[in-house]
Amino acid sequence: MTALGSSREAEATTGLDAGPTAHVADLPPLTAQTEAEARELMARYPQPRSALLPMLHLVQSVQGYVSPEGVGFCARLLGLTKAEIGAVATFYTMFKRHPTGEHLVSVCTNTLCAVLGGKRIYDALSADLGVGHDQTTADGTITLEHAECLAACDHAPVVTVDYEFYDQQDVESARALVTALRMGEKPPPTRGAPLTDFRGVSRQLAGLSQHADAAAAQAAVDGPSAGVPTLVGVRLAAERGETAPPYDTPEPEPAPAPDVPTAGTTGETPAEQAADTAVAAAGNPAERAGAEQHHPDTPEPAGRQPAERGAEGTDRPATQGQAGSGTSVEREV
Amino acid sequence: MPLTPVLTQRFAAERSWTLETYERLDGYAALRQALAMTPDELVALVKDSGLRGRGGAGFPTGMKWSFIPQPKPGETPTGPAAAPKYLVVNADEGEPGTCKDVPLMMADPHSLIEGVAIAAYAIRSHFAVIYVRGEAVHAHRRLVAAVQEAYAAGYLGTDVLGSGWDVELVVHAGAGAYICGEETALLESLEGYRGQPRLKPPFPAVAGLYGSPTVINNVETLATVPYVVRGGAEWFKRFGPEKSPGPKIYSLSGRVVHPGQYEAPMGTTMRELLAMAGGVRPGHRLKFWTPGGSSTPYFTPEHLDVPLDFDSVGKAGSMLGTTALMVFDETDSIVEATLRFTEFYAHESCGKCTPCREGTSWLVQVLERLVHGQGKATDLDLLTDIADNILGRSFCALGDGATSCIASSMKYFRDDYVALLPPDEQVRLGRSLRLEPVAAVPVGAMA
Repeated sequence: MTALGSSREAEATTGLDAGPTAHVADLPPLTAQTEAEARELMARYPQPRSALLPMLHLVQSVQGYVSPEGVGFCARLLGLTKAEIGAVATFYTMFKRHPTGEHLVSVCTNTLCAVLGGKRIYDALSADLGVGHDQTTADGTITLEHAECLAACDHAPVVTVDYEFYDQQDVESARALVTALRMGEKPPPTRGAPLTDFRGVSRQLAGLSQHADAAAAQAAVDGPSAGVPTLVGVRLAAERGETAPPYDTPEPEPAPAPDVPTAGTTGETPAEQAADTAVAAAGNPAERAGAEQHHPDTPEPAGRQPAERGAEGTDRPATQGQAGSGTSVEREV
Repeated sequence: MPLTPVLTQRFAAERSWTLETYERLDGYAALRQALAMTPDELVALVKDSGLRGRGGAGFPTGMKWSFIPQPKPGETPTGPAAAPKYLVVNADEGEPGTCKDVPLMMADPHSLIEGVAIAAYAIRSHFAVIYVRGEAVHAHRRLVAAVQEAYAAGYLGTDVLGSGWDVELVVHAGAGAYICGEETALLESLEGYRGQPRLKPPFPAVAGLYGSPTVINNVETLATVPYVVRGGAEWFKRFGPEKSPGPKIYSLSGRVVHPGQYEAPMGTTMRELLAMAGGVRPGHRLKFWTPGGSSTPYFTPEHLDVPLDFDSVGKAGSMLGTTALMVFDETDSIVEATLRFTEFYAHESCGKCTPCREGTSWLVQVLERLVHGQGKATDLDLLTDIADNILGRSFCALGDGATSCIASSMKYFRDDYVALLPPDEQVRLGRSLRLEPVAAVPVGAMA
């Protein structure tokens, strides 16, 4: 593992290496309620064994890793041997074989993120924290890992904390993030729900409600999801007036009009708004126009009015020829 | 070619992930339309549209649906036709460079759910699962919330919209294994086993989840289905080439000014997409790129005008894959990039078959010594030889995919490998006398 210093095999904690499993004192117990929840998961599938991965997430949500007790718990409920459960648990990267810190910090070091700085970020955090891959700081706050591609290449380089995205990081921003986490702060992710902790998010992954009160649950769902790269294509299309050809429906039905996003409602963070501003300042007139259009101070655009929605929508007659001719590819391949 | 936002059209809408927004913007109109049709009519419509799978392989979607054995009228069904049918959504996005499904599920989860409902009805299924990559927790969260909304509104559950047809939809989180993006490994994982691929045949259409007929479709494929229903086959064919039509989300990343999601007709070229994305970062030039993720052979600047559709990219020597366009410039070492990709495959190889399990690790060892300036003259042929022994001899496509970056980097950038050899090894190779000195990208540029 050139890029990462030492061999991945040496660092691996999942897969076929059957190292000794640490016994950890003072683990929260798997209670009758945990069992009831596990049975609820088993009932969701035509065959209960399908719930094994969710159940292992559930075990992690209580104990922070797949403990020997958790293996036995799953084995008992599913009528399998502990070896059968262990064989599954050790196959998957997200199932941890020793206790995870309060937060799991994952740095993407796959090629694209690595060339844009992901490798530097991982090395800096590893040096700062004094831990390597899949190791936890002595104070129990952070488990660090290098991750494979996290499906956020357009936001590279990315770091996740408890699988919530912190996009377009650099060494300094990642250091600041980890420092804040160690001080007990929970900086909001670029994309994702307000930060909880590794155990909390494991409950979400088990398929159970993570939040007791509805408002917190809704806030989690409403956490931002769209970064500038997510929206760059739709915004450019709006600026250029480019649309898909309208439906060939005999009676025109209103096709969806692309709503003009307003700040704070598209899940934009201040950082993303700043990025928008930067784009606008870049001097590209088309993009500047677009950014102004999205500015929070801009009055509600006419596109909201049903009568004028057509002008914004995909069914505007004037566009038909233009978009149609443009997309009915005469180009032979 | 212009941008044509269809699947991405709601991305910028206010609270785009809610049922309220989705319904306001034509949401679930396609499901109502679909339920007024027979399942066979729906399968025929999707066949006629020419929609091909967006997960990488490009298999015709309607044909896949039609492979599900169905009871014949007037006969008592036996065998697979009598078994329950399942629909499984492959939302295990993890191919390096690929970042289209996660943003789609976060921004517009109902479009996927509507596509699931339509597809399940078309194949006469009453149970569907979305297998979401575990790391994509916010997408999982949005999907779970959207599924709850859809149940409450009668788009899922018993007697969907009064049609008499029932469907259950479960959102299922994976646990970190790239191999589970392979459809039979995904089924194994979904059944609660290690995610290792199954031998085919039997294909999932006959013996899939729990041994029953199963359709496995990618997120983007199913999210496209409602628009096919709304617009019709002829409308859909107005996007892109005849044999590979439709709008497509192209994901640009890496050394471009404005990385991100650009939805355009199939067959849009990299030159056009790069122009939309503001080009390669100032002061630098394109060196190599992937048309569809790390498992697709590299392209170079000479491929800028290849129409990015399944057939054209195949003809040009690569694969459309997931239209994950990773852009690298002259400061990026092709050998080091190839090493990182190969380390990825070695890590993610499930261990089931020998060529992939052993071969990917051997490739890493050879590439490592090359990158460290300790390569041997014979290593270039050795890499090719190992790759040849993985390609076509592996159990599943992961092994094949692992050889793409090796073979294509050798093909287009052999001199970059030679330049990393120590001088005496270059002499041994008989190349240093003939070659112009090659300016090697400094190793460690990635660090």
